[in-house]
Amino acid sequence: MSAAAITPDLIAQHQITPDEYQKIVSILGREPNYTELGIFSVMWSEHCSYKSSRLHLKKLPTRGNLVVQGPGENAGIIDIGSGYVIAFKIESHNHPSFIEPFQGAATGVGGILRDIFTMGARPIAVMDSLRFGRLENSPNAARNRRILGGVVSGIAHYGNCFGVPTVGGECIFESCYDGNPLVNVFALGVCRKEDIFYAKAAGIGNPVIYVGARTGRDGIHGASMASAEFTEESKQKRPNVQVGDPFMEKLLLEACLEAMHTGAVVGIQDMGAAGLTCSTCEMGSRGEVGIEIELDRVPQRETGMTPYEIMLSESQERMLLVADKGREEEVFAVFRKWGLEAVEIGAVTKDGKLRVKQHGRVVAEIPNRELADEAPLYDRPHSEPLRGVPMKPRPYTCPDPTNALLQLMASGDLCSKRYIWEQYDYLVRSSTVAGPGSDAAIIRIKETGTSVAMSLDGNGRYCYLSPRQGAMLAVAESCRNLSTVGAQPVAATNCLNFGNPERPEIMAQLVEAIEGIGEACRFFDTPITGGNVSLYNETLGEGIYPTPVIGIVGLMKTSAPTGIAFRTPGRTVMLLGGIGESDETQFGSTQYAKVILGQLWGMPPALDLEREKQVQSAIREIVNAGLAESAHDLSDGGFAVALAECSFNGVGARIDLNSEMPPEQLLFHEGPSRVLLSTGHTDRVAAIAAKHGVEAPVVGATIEKELEVSQKGKRVALWQIAALQQAYEQALEAHVR
Amino acid sequence: MRFGVIVFPGSNRDHDAFYAAANILGQQAEFIWHDATSLGDRDAVILPGGFAYGDYLRCGAIAKFSPIMKAVKTFAAGGGLVLGICNGFQILVEAGLLPGALIRNRGLKFVCREVVLRPGTTDSPFTCNARKDRTYRVPIAHGEGCYFADERTLDQLEAEDRVAFRYVGNPNGSLRDIAGVLSRERNVMGMMPHPEDAIEPLMGSSDGLVVFQSLLAATASSGRGSVAQVRA
Repeated sequence: MSAAAITPDLIAQHQITPDEYQKIVSILGREPNYTELGIFSVMWSEHCSYKSSRLHLKKLPTRGNLVVQGPGENAGIIDIGSGYVIAFKIESHNHPSFIEPFQGAATGVGGILRDIFTMGARPIAVMDSLRFGRLENSPNAARNRRILGGVVSGIAHYGNCFGVPTVGGECIFESCYDGNPLVNVFALGVCRKEDIFYAKAAGIGNPVIYVGARTGRDGIHGASMASAEFTEESKQKRPNVQVGDPFMEKLLLEACLEAMHTGAVVGIQDMGAAGLTCSTCEMGSRGEVGIEIELDRVPQRETGMTPYEIMLSESQERMLLVADKGREEEVFAVFRKWGLEAVEIGAVTKDGKLRVKQHGRVVAEIPNRELADEAPLYDRPHSEPLRGVPMKPRPYTCPDPTNALLQLMASGDLCSKRYIWEQYDYLVRSSTVAGPGSDAAIIRIKETGTSVAMSLDGNGRYCYLSPRQGAMLAVAESCRNLSTVGAQPVAATNCLNFGNPERPEIMAQLVEAIEGIGEACRFFDTPITGGNVSLYNETLGEGIYPTPVIGIVGLMKTSAPTGIAFRTPGRTVMLLGGIGESDETQFGSTQYAKVILGQLWGMPPALDLEREKQVQSAIREIVNAGLAESAHDLSDGGFAVALAECSFNGVGARIDLNSEMPPEQLLFHEGPSRVLLSTGHTDRVAAIAAKHGVEAPVVGATIEKELEVSQKGKRVALWQIAALQQAYEQALEAHVR
Repeated sequence: MRFGVIVFPGSNRDHDAFYAAANILGQQAEFIWHDATSLGDRDAVILPGGFAYGDYLRCGAIAKFSPIMKAVKTFAAGGGLVLGICNGFQILVEAGLLPGALIRNRGLKFVCREVVLRPGTTDSPFTCNARKDRTYRVPIAHGEGCYFADERTLDQLEAEDRVAFRYVGNPNGSLRDIAGVLSRERNVMGMMPHPEDAIEPLMGSSDGLVVFQSLLAATASSGRGSVAQVRA
């Protein structure tokens, strides 16, 4: 046993409260030793145990006709028909990406990919939701540029080498992410329904096998680091960040899938956060069995590692599996073929305990279920959500809309992210039907004739103004993105990025956002099948905007995508859902308010769920009937920004809007439930819209080279497409340099 | 036609190449593990894209030592058709089957985008169906695709009509816009762009088919895919 004395100081260093310590003592019936204290501290960390959020996560809908596996496994699983399923999930790697952007982001990709293939599914798509501090006009601009560069290279390095296409995502800039960037990675995989694997240990006496990379001292206490606020000292935590090896991961993928096909694997789990500790006790707990391991057999990269270090290491590219006794050799043969280490380190036992030995002596012994599933549960006090902005703006004057749009198209949030996504291989596997730049990414499943559409959305500004409303808007937008490409939304995953839950006004943001997601997902019939909570996103007491990121997947028949760009002059332009509503209060949440007026006030746009659903049903039917030549949903930046994005094929439009709204609101308000489309079948589109009870005014026609917008017959703005496109395409690269 | 697709540890466009040969062209295709010492009975062998051995050393520098490369060299020496795409091109260069080198992109970053290619020659089993008066839209996805060779080698390649494809709008700094080259016997071709990812309208372009259709045509006319016969 380790000799270190368990002092109150040591307990506090492990971020275990005195009450939690008492619970540990009562579970064990004795004081824990140093190794056991470490094991409890990672399993009961916020990151692994969801102790602040669990109570509220129960409010999310998790069931549905297509749900094969909901939350609780490494990834959620949805039935896509023809005998196939998809597995998908989103995870954050925020804290590591701040400390070491390249490796932090790279291992974030690695971790979520393992979550997918540990279920038996081959990863076929990745998307990223990124948030950084401002790249200019900020004292931290240089650091933010370096973080962005590192994160993007890290994602590219890992995903490209592994061989999974990175097909979409989002990238937003706000000062509140200055010391706390958000790196959320979504991954999706596919397999046959009968090939699903679960992370469950079973069969007393079955061997427990360690495969993949060796264990080193990297990443020790990564999970607890991700559960604490950052201070100046955090920058000293670099050794806590792991180093990724995508080549090893690629071998691990192929070897694991091949080993699974032998039929000799009983259960399998990746070693992610909390490494060997988490994989052993969770597999044991799910199977209601014990697991005994001998640390001397664990492949180690360094000498003299203590039990504490081996159990808590977060070295990457490692998996733990349980095989059928007597068939180990079949598993070993596969790993040998791929040149990977596979070592029997222990066995499944019947006593329900995680027993860890070193040199034959027991160094830790803890009941699996209590360790994995009985972490403390907190009903943290919550008050009114933190909201540091007024309901009304300071007086402002609006510039000429022609200039305003040029400025918006070149702004960080709205400009082209080509600089980022061209560094990602978005084509590998030759299944990308629609990649970056589309409203939703579309990946075909070659085996079934089905395609999976996916979209990641979040809006921190909206959520800061109203966490509930903002979260609902994110769900609505994600579903709208899918519907606009013709897909039926079927399931969701979420990544909840918030500040310190011990502050009641932050906890309130979390609670309201979860309730908003729950309500909207219930309404759109998109159950949440898994996800991730990242709390303590604060640096030096500065919290981030509450930022729930929603990933929704949808299904559609495989066919050529409609695309967002106008293709032919002379087509009718229609605005499905109509001009929408806005007012001075809602205008405060827009990109226009942020970029042009430099203010944030009021409330997010109003959302009428029923109308949103009608608009989505209508656009799906229009697109799937092949009636739209282009379709693009309205979101950040409103009508004018969507119109500009539709024109980048060189075909523009002459528009006349029949509205009394002030021109800046008319052009730039962000009211939801709207889709801009061009068509040669005006009457049929109008008929479908009418059938769904949706307005679909004809607002103009496509023309060459220009965009012209009038209001009630009076011209308010004229743009040359080339100028807009130049502003849009060149901005990010200029910001980054 | 019988295709073999070689799988190195770290190959990741092996399935794309296989799908193009088997599903789109309707030909026989088989994966060949890098550890094998024989190619079996093949008309053409594809070295696919990816990151063999992680490309942690120079791209292709370790893969060239894979046991299968001996068989590939023998196959090529006997006139067999060998196509290296992206990482496969890098491996062929490292193995000495093609001249030159592929170095870091001029822009220093990985680039994935559609590029425009113009065939440099139609006198090869990989380009015989191509037309010099048109261009082809095919994607690239690489970090180290800048084709580099000394002036003499470049002059020789041009003199011997061995530039298979050129970029229209150079994406990576390749000398003389070279995107693909042929061996002296014209039965080995390496190219950085991915024709296997542009084989259906659904993917946005079917222009990559020209490479595969050329191979089919050349093999059909020769009966066995030997270039000596094709040219004769």
